[in-house]
Amino acid sequence: MSMTVQHGMLPLERRQAALRAALPWVLVALAAFVAPFLLSSGFGLSLLCRMGIAIVFALSFNMLLGQGGMLDFGHAVLLGFGGFAAMHAMRAAGAGLWIPAPLLPLFGAAGGLLAALLGGWVAARRHETAFAMITLGLAELASAAVLMFPSLFGGEEGITGDRSDGPALFGLGFGRQWNVYFLIATWAFGCSFLMWRYTATPLGRLANAVRDDDQRVSFLGYDPARVRFLVFLLSGLFAGIAGGLQALNDEIVTSTNVSSEASGAVLLMTFIGGVGTFWGPVLGAILVTFLQIALSTMTDAWQLYDGLLFLAAVVWAPGGLSGIILAHTPLLRAGRGAALVGPYAAQLPGLALALAGVVWLAELGFRLQAVRNGAPAGLLLGMTARPHEIWQWAIGVALLLAGATLLHRFWPRAKMAWQAQMAATIAA
Amino acid sequence: MSLTLAPILFNGLVFGLLLFMLSSGLTLIFGMMGVLNLSHASFYMLGAYLAYTISVGLGFWVGLVVAPVLVGLIGAVVQRYGLRAVHRYGHMAELLFTFALALVIGEVVPLIWGRNPVRYQVPHVLDFPLFQLGGTDIPAYRVFMMAVSLGMFVALFTALARTRLGLVVRAALTHPDMVSMLGHDVPRVFTSVFGAGCALAGLAGVIGGNAFTTQPGMAASLGGIVFAVVVMGGLGSIWGAFVASVLIGLLQTASISLDLPFGRLLGLPPAGSDGLLADLWSLTVARAAPAVPYLLLVLVLAFRPRGLFGSRNA
Amino acid sequence: MRLRLNAAMLGLIVPVALAHPGPLLADETVRIAYIDPLSGPLAETGQLGEQHFRFAIDRVNASGAAGPGRHFELVALDNEVSPEKSLALLRKAVDDGVHYVTQGNGSAVAFALVAAIDKNNKRDPDKSVVFLNYAAVDPGLTNDKCSFWHFRFDADSDMKMKALSDYIVSQADIHKVYIFNPDYSFGVSVQKAAEKLLTDRRPDLKIVGEDRVPLGKVKDFTPYIAKFQAAGADAVVTGNWGQDIELLTKAAADSGYKGRFFTYYIGDQVTVAAAGPGAVGDVQVATWSDNVPGIDDIADAFQARFHRAFYYWNVVNEIDTLAAAIKQADSTDPLKVAKAMSGMKRQTPLGVSDMRADDHQMIQPLYVSQLEPNLPHVFPDSKLGFKTVATIPADQTRMATSCKMEAP
Repeated sequence: MSMTVQHGMLPLERRQAALRAALPWVLVALAAFVAPFLLSSGFGLSLLCRMGIAIVFALSFNMLLGQGGMLDFGHAVLLGFGGFAAMHAMRAAGAGLWIPAPLLPLFGAAGGLLAALLGGWVAARRHETAFAMITLGLAELASAAVLMFPSLFGGEEGITGDRSDGPALFGLGFGRQWNVYFLIATWAFGCSFLMWRYTATPLGRLANAVRDDDQRVSFLGYDPARVRFLVFLLSGLFAGIAGGLQALNDEIVTSTNVSSEASGAVLLMTFIGGVGTFWGPVLGAILVTFLQIALSTMTDAWQLYDGLLFLAAVVWAPGGLSGIILAHTPLLRAGRGAALVGPYAAQLPGLALALAGVVWLAELGFRLQAVRNGAPAGLLLGMTARPHEIWQWAIGVALLLAGATLLHRFWPRAKMAWQAQMAATIAA
Repeated sequence: MSLTLAPILFNGLVFGLLLFMLSSGLTLIFGMMGVLNLSHASFYMLGAYLAYTISVGLGFWVGLVVAPVLVGLIGAVVQRYGLRAVHRYGHMAELLFTFALALVIGEVVPLIWGRNPVRYQVPHVLDFPLFQLGGTDIPAYRVFMMAVSLGMFVALFTALARTRLGLVVRAALTHPDMVSMLGHDVPRVFTSVFGAGCALAGLAGVIGGNAFTTQPGMAASLGGIVFAVVVMGGLGSIWGAFVASVLIGLLQTASISLDLPFGRLLGLPPAGSDGLLADLWSLTVARAAPAVPYLLLVLVLAFRPRGLFGSRNA
Repeated sequence: MRLRLNAAMLGLIVPVALAHPGPLLADETVRIAYIDPLSGPLAETGQLGEQHFRFAIDRVNASGAAGPGRHFELVALDNEVSPEKSLALLRKAVDDGVHYVTQGNGSAVAFALVAAIDKNNKRDPDKSVVFLNYAAVDPGLTNDKCSFWHFRFDADSDMKMKALSDYIVSQADIHKVYIFNPDYSFGVSVQKAAEKLLTDRRPDLKIVGEDRVPLGKVKDFTPYIAKFQAAGADAVVTGNWGQDIELLTKAAADSGYKGRFFTYYIGDQVTVAAAGPGAVGDVQVATWSDNVPGIDDIADAFQARFHRAFYYWNVVNEIDTLAAAIKQADSTDPLKVAKAMSGMKRQTPLGVSDMRADDHQMIQPLYVSQLEPNLPHVFPDSKLGFKTVATIPADQTRMATSCKMEAP
C-alpha cells in the first residue's frame, strides 16, 4: 500500500486512486466478515480470534521495527499492561460499574500508553542496539516486577474476569465466542486502518527518516529522541488495545503475557511476514498464529519449526514473505512469471527432501521423549517410528544431505533466472 | 552475623566468577564486532549438555577439556557461516540472527537430551565437604569451580597482555579500522574470538551444569543476567565485566539473607494488609533482588551508556 | 527459492492441519486432556504424572471398568505451569470435543481452570467439561472457589498439614521449625496452616523463620540452607515440589545440613536419590507411600513398565473412579458422569474413597511416612524407603467446608 502523492492530480484520477487504495480494505473487511462462517467450528473461531489480536499486535510492533527502526525486545510488556488494565476494568464491570465489553480495549489502550510512557521515557533516548538492549532489560524488569505486586497483577495466578459480567450493549452479550470474534474483528480492522493512516502522517514520515538516518533528522531541526518517544507511545497504545482484546478473549492475564517469550513471538511474526511493508506483519501474524495453533496440535516439535523458520528468514529472506512477494510482483505484472516456473520447479525436489529430513529428525527426537513417557510412538510419514533404532536416524540425515546437495546445485540457476528476468523487466 | 554471612558470600563469589566466564567472552565479542550475541547463554547450555554426555562415557575430566573445545568449534562455525553471512544486512540483522539462534538451540537441546533435567553429576573425587564456614559445609567442588574460574581469569589476562593475538584483539577493541589497515586478517580474528568466547561460555557450562542443574531452561534463566553484567561493566571492558559479575553474583545470593521488608527498612508504618501499598511495604529485599540487575541495565544504558569501566558507548 | 520454501511448507502443512481438528472420536472413546508441565523446570513432575495416567488408563481399558466398549484415551498437553497457557489449551481441548480435563501441578493453574470451566459450561452446556484434579491441593478449590465441575482426588493442604503437624509435635527432639514454601497460593496456604497448627502446641516448639521462593526459578538453594542453619532450625516444613524440592534437599546434603524436612512432596524416587543418605528421617504426608500395604501389584506393574517407583495413587484412584462413574451413569455425558461421581463411595484396596458431595473433596486415609533404610520396599538408587509412622483414618481427615456449590 504505497502512499501515492495526491496533489496535482485530476479529480477523476484522484477518485480512481482513492478507489484503488480503498479496494484492499473493502476486501479485508469482507474476508473478516465471511471467515467465521467458513471456519465456524470452535477451533476455527478460536484461531480467527487469535489472528485478529496478533494482527493488531504485530502491526503495532512494526510501527517501531519496520517504520521506525526500533527493535523492541519487550513489546509484550505494552500488550500485557494493556491486558491488565482491561482486566481490571472487566472486573470493575463485574462489580457493577457501567463498562460494556466492547469498550474494554479502550482501557487496554490506556494501559499500553502508560507502560509506553514509562518505558519510552528511558528507551527512546537511544537507538539501534542500545534501544534493543534497553527494551530487553525493561522486559525482564517488568516480568520480575509483575510477580512482586500481587495485588495489582495477581502473582503467579494472574487475574481472571468474566467478560459477560458487564452491561449488555444493544442487547448484545459477549459470553459466546461468536460475538467475541466480531468484536475483535471490528477493533482489529479499525486499528489496522488507523495504523495505516498513521504511515502517511508527518509523524509517520519522520519516523521513517529517523530510521534511515537520525543525524540528518536532527540537522533538520527535529529531535530524533522525541520522534522515537512519540512513535513508541502510539505503538504502546495499539499494543495495549491488542492486550485488551486478548484479555477479552482469554479472560485471564498473567505474568506470561508480559514475558520475553511473548515478545519473541511478535518479533517472529513480524519478521517472517516482512518488516518492509505495511501489510507484511499481517501476513506474518496470520501464518505464525496458524502455525502455533494448528501445528502445536499435531507435533511437539512446533517450536523448533517456528525457530528454524525464523532463522531461515533472517539468513535467506530478510524481507520476509512480503519481501518475496514484492520481488516477484513486477515480474508477474510484466508477464515474465512463466520463465521462472522451470528454474523454480527444479528446486522442489531438493526442498522437499531437505524439509522431509528436518521433519524426520525432529519428529524422531520428540517421539523418543514421548515413548519414554509411555505414549505410543505412532507413525512417521506412513512408517512406524522406531526412535530407538539408529537406521531411522540415518534416513533423516540422508534425506537432509540429499536435499541440501540438490539445493546447492540447482539454487544458483533459480537465482540467475530471477536476476535475468528482473533485469529484462527493468530494461523494458 | 558475620559468620553466618560467610557461606552466603562464598557462594555469591562462586556464582559471580561463573558469571564472569560468560560475560568475559560476551564482552570481548561485543567489543570487537559490535554484535551483542543473544545466544551466548545457549553456548553455556551446550557446554553443560556436551559435558554431561561425555562424562557418562568417559568421565568428567575428559568432558572438562573436550566440551569447551567442541562448543568453541560450534561457535566458530556459527560465526563463519552464519553471522558473517548476515553481516551485510547490518547490526540489526546480526542481533536478530543470534536471537533466532538462541530459539533454535533452545529447541534442539530438548530434542536431543529430552525436556527433563539430565543427571549431570559432580565427579566423585570432588564430592565431599572440604571445610566448614560459619557452620555450613563447603563442598570441594565449589572450591574447584572457583579455582577454575580464577585460573581462566589469569589465563585470559595473560593471553590478552602477552600474546600477539591478544595484542591484535586489544587493538581491534579500540581501533578496528586501523588494525585492518595494518594488514591483519580481521575476519579471521573475529572468528577465533567468537569461538574462544563461546568456548569460555561452554567451560562455564561444564563446571556450572552439575553444580546447579542441566536442563533446557538454563540458558534463558542466565541469559538476561549476563547481558546486565556486560552492559553494567561497560561493553568491551574485561575489567568491568569482572567487577560487575562479582557484584551481581554477590547481590543475587547475599540479598536472600535480607528478608527485611522495605517498609520496615525505611521505618514506615505498615500500610494495611491488602493493596499495592501493602505489597510495596512488605516487599522484601530478597524478593526484589531478581529485578535489580535489569534495573541497573536499563539505567546504565539510558544514562551512562559506557557502563562502569567502558571506554566506548553502546 | 524463498518463495518456494514457504509455499512448499504451507502446501505440506495446510491439508494436514485442516484435516486434523474435528470429531475424530468414536462414540465410546472418552478422551481425557492432561494439562500439566511437560517442558520447563517442572517438566519432571508433569512427565511422572503422564506416565501414571498412561498406566492407569491402560489398566481401565484392559479391565473394561468403564463398561463394555468404552475406551479411555489420554491427550497430553504441555502448559509449562502457566495459568494463561493452560486456558489456551483448555480452549483447544474443548474445541476438539474433549469433556474431561485433568491437572495437578500448581494450584494457580487449577484456580484458573476451575473459573474457566465454570464459565464454559454455563455458556456452552453442550461442551461441558469435568475437571479431575489429582494433585492441586490449595484448600480454596474446595472452599470459597469450589465448583460442581471440579473433583479433587488428593487430600487438601490443610488436611495434610493437620497430619504433618501432629507428627512434628510428637517429635520431642524438634524445637525450632523453619517454614519454606513456593510463592503462590498453595505455598501461602501451607504457610498459614503451618503457622496455625504449630503455634502454641508445645512450649518448647517455635517457628524460627519463614520464606517463600518463586516456583521453579531458584537454581541454587545453598543460601537458603545457610539461613536455616543460621536460624538453628532442626526441622523445615516445606510444600516445595518438582525441581525445587529436589534442589533443596540436594543443597542440604551438600551443605551438611542436619535438620529434618517435613514435606508434601519428597516422595518421588528421584528426589530421594538427590537428597542422599542425609535424607534419613525426612518425612512426607500423602495418600499412599511405599510400604503401605494393599496395592503392591499396581506398584510392581508400574515399576516393571517405567523402571521407576510408583508414586501417584491418586491418579489410579481418579481414573478408576471416573470409570466407575461412567459405568454407573451408563453414559459418557459429562453432566451425568459428574452427578454420578458426586458423593460416590468406592471400595479401594486402601479403604473407602468417598467423593464428598458437599465440596467434591475425596475423603480417604492419609499416611505420614519417614525415610529409613532396611525396609521391605526401598528405592534402588538410595536404598531408602518410606516407613509409615502415622496412619490417619479417612474419617479423621474430614474438615469443614465453606463450599456452596450449585449443581446445574
